[in-house]
Amino acid sequence: MSRIDARFAALKVAGRTGLIPFVTAGDPAPEHSVALMHALVAAGADLIELGVPFSDPMADGPVIQHASERAIARGVGLAHVLGWVAEFRQRDAVTPVVLMGYLNPLEIHGYARFASEAVAAGVDGVLLVDCPLEESSVLAPLRAAGLQLIRLAAPTTAPARMAQLCQSAEGFLYYVSFAGITGAAHLSTTDIAARVADIRACAKAPVAVGFGIRDAHSAKAIAAFADAVVIGSALVERLAGAGQADEITARVRGFLAPIRAALDAH
Amino acid sequence: MSAPPIRPIPSSTPQDFHAWPDAHGRFGDFGGQYVAETLMAPLAELAAAYERLRRDPAFIAELDHDLKYYVGRPSPIYHAQRLSALVGGARILLKREDLNHTGAHKINNTVGQALVARHMGKPRIIAETGAGQHGVASATVAARLGLKCVVYMGSTDIERQKINVYRMKLLGAEVVPVTSGSKTLKDALNEAMRDWVTNVADTFYIIGTVAGPHPYPMMVRDFNAVVGREARAQMLEDYGRLPDAITACVGGGSNAIGLFHEFLNDPGVRIVGAEAAGHGLASGQHAASLAAGRPGVLHGNRTYVLCDDNGQIAETHSVSAGLDYPGVGPEHAFLKDAGRAEYVGVTDDEAMEAFHLLARSEGILAALESSHAVAQAMKLARELPKDGLVLCNLSGRGDKDVHTIAAREGVTV
Repeated sequence: MSRIDARFAALKVAGRTGLIPFVTAGDPAPEHSVALMHALVAAGADLIELGVPFSDPMADGPVIQHASERAIARGVGLAHVLGWVAEFRQRDAVTPVVLMGYLNPLEIHGYARFASEAVAAGVDGVLLVDCPLEESSVLAPLRAAGLQLIRLAAPTTAPARMAQLCQSAEGFLYYVSFAGITGAAHLSTTDIAARVADIRACAKAPVAVGFGIRDAHSAKAIAAFADAVVIGSALVERLAGAGQADEITARVRGFLAPIRAALDAH
Repeated sequence: MSAPPIRPIPSSTPQDFHAWPDAHGRFGDFGGQYVAETLMAPLAELAAAYERLRRDPAFIAELDHDLKYYVGRPSPIYHAQRLSALVGGARILLKREDLNHTGAHKINNTVGQALVARHMGKPRIIAETGAGQHGVASATVAARLGLKCVVYMGSTDIERQKINVYRMKLLGAEVVPVTSGSKTLKDALNEAMRDWVTNVADTFYIIGTVAGPHPYPMMVRDFNAVVGREARAQMLEDYGRLPDAITACVGGGSNAIGLFHEFLNDPGVRIVGAEAAGHGLASGQHAASLAAGRPGVLHGNRTYVLCDDNGQIAETHSVSAGLDYPGVGPEHAFLKDAGRAEYVGVTDDEAMEAFHLLARSEGILAALESSHAVAQAMKLARELPKDGLVLCNLSGRGDKDVHTIAAREGVTV
């Protein structure tokens, strides 16, 4: 059983909602990236989404755009990200790590090369924002190497297509809570609840909901019907500018602890 | 007796270059739909609407009417006799897209897409722009059809194309400065995509070049292909034969594919795209994705891109904002790999020299983008005998560039 599957199985047994924080790899301080990952786990993360910086993040709002720009300005690339995961794995063998990003860095790195390096580093899955199901044949080497391909579903996804996505979902299905970019405004919990219920009826994989979840209140609202919540922009924004490891750890704890508590109170 | 070996398909078998893209929006290995899940439904909706409209005689008649009475088509082919004599080779012929309404080929596409938008019932259009020509052409058709128009433009480009920014505002469009990334065309495209993903219900995105996800590369090509259709017929009528070579500048590649497409299945016609070599291909400061880039994924399609070894898209340089783009339309990538078209670099200096030569010898101020094509046409003409014919797409007029040229040459206007 993969680390992702094992983690969701354990959450189900415990009756808990998963907490999936997203951070941009290399931000706010590349030298403390591994410390940041451990801090996320210590503050209650069940799975880590690590953003691979890309120069042209079309699906991201300004917060994650700027985090990517800062990381790229510091020279962060795929090789660093894989190196940090490998270092993280030396002390944490159980928390799943999913790399999230865009296709071009993988295309240029080479899919087969990326697949073997990622598995060796201890990456569990990848979520490629600009690689819909129709284009995912290029990702065959990733699956062959044992990486799980996390699919996205959106409010605009038509029913027939949703059935296909549910069918092919691995690890978990990531439901994008609204049509928009990361970090944007408000959630309509009732609309999301209905869609997620439909997805859970057809997908074997658990469903994580992301985009627009900013705090304990919104996380708790989503937790009523989702298997996990993803929190990205609000966390990245909170971390921006933190230069020291202890400051990063403190900010992570300050941000995630109330969310963890709210989820567990559910 | 053993069976005779199975022979491979002879490589000389003529390929139908008009058969692309395939049903998945691919031109061989290039093209496709590399977008966020949220956009898959609106792209499917657009592809279905366009597929219906492109076969609808009423839509085609509507488009032809607009091209004739609003854009001012057909544009003539002009024999640049004095320029040809100065170059001292083949005859240089100019397809005068600069004479279109709004001063460039861009209007061919926006007229078409705006009609599609109206048929789809979308009241709001958005566009990205580099030099501002596509922004102006979008604002123009939006004004005419009474649609709300928002144009995204890199803040660097806003600075160097002030006249076009003001033109868009006069036409009632809102111009939104984009300050992320390199603050140029690629970033404007990212921001327009973000707007579209957020406002898919009521918004039609008019992409200005033959890039983006399917069906855009096909649709934008189809709307610009009127250039090549006219030109091929005009060549046969005025010169009794097809040209020996055709050339156009390539940024995203819409004016080039517009000219090239009708000639793709004419093997006797040499096809050359002129990319922006900026300070020279060796300098690293250029925008020649095909001549100096590699296959990658950008803005929804697989194509040649300029990027570093981490896959980060490069910041490009060209004297012309309209060519300052690190990707290129996927059909051009396909034509390059298929060997049907050549793509070469033309430097800032060569383009400037061509600009001045054309202005002084023919009384035509070409856009800096188009000046790259003129420079390439001059090179091709030198290689051919005096009775040879080189057809160059003069894709836009240079009025918008007067301030840039003056600044470059240290002149205060």
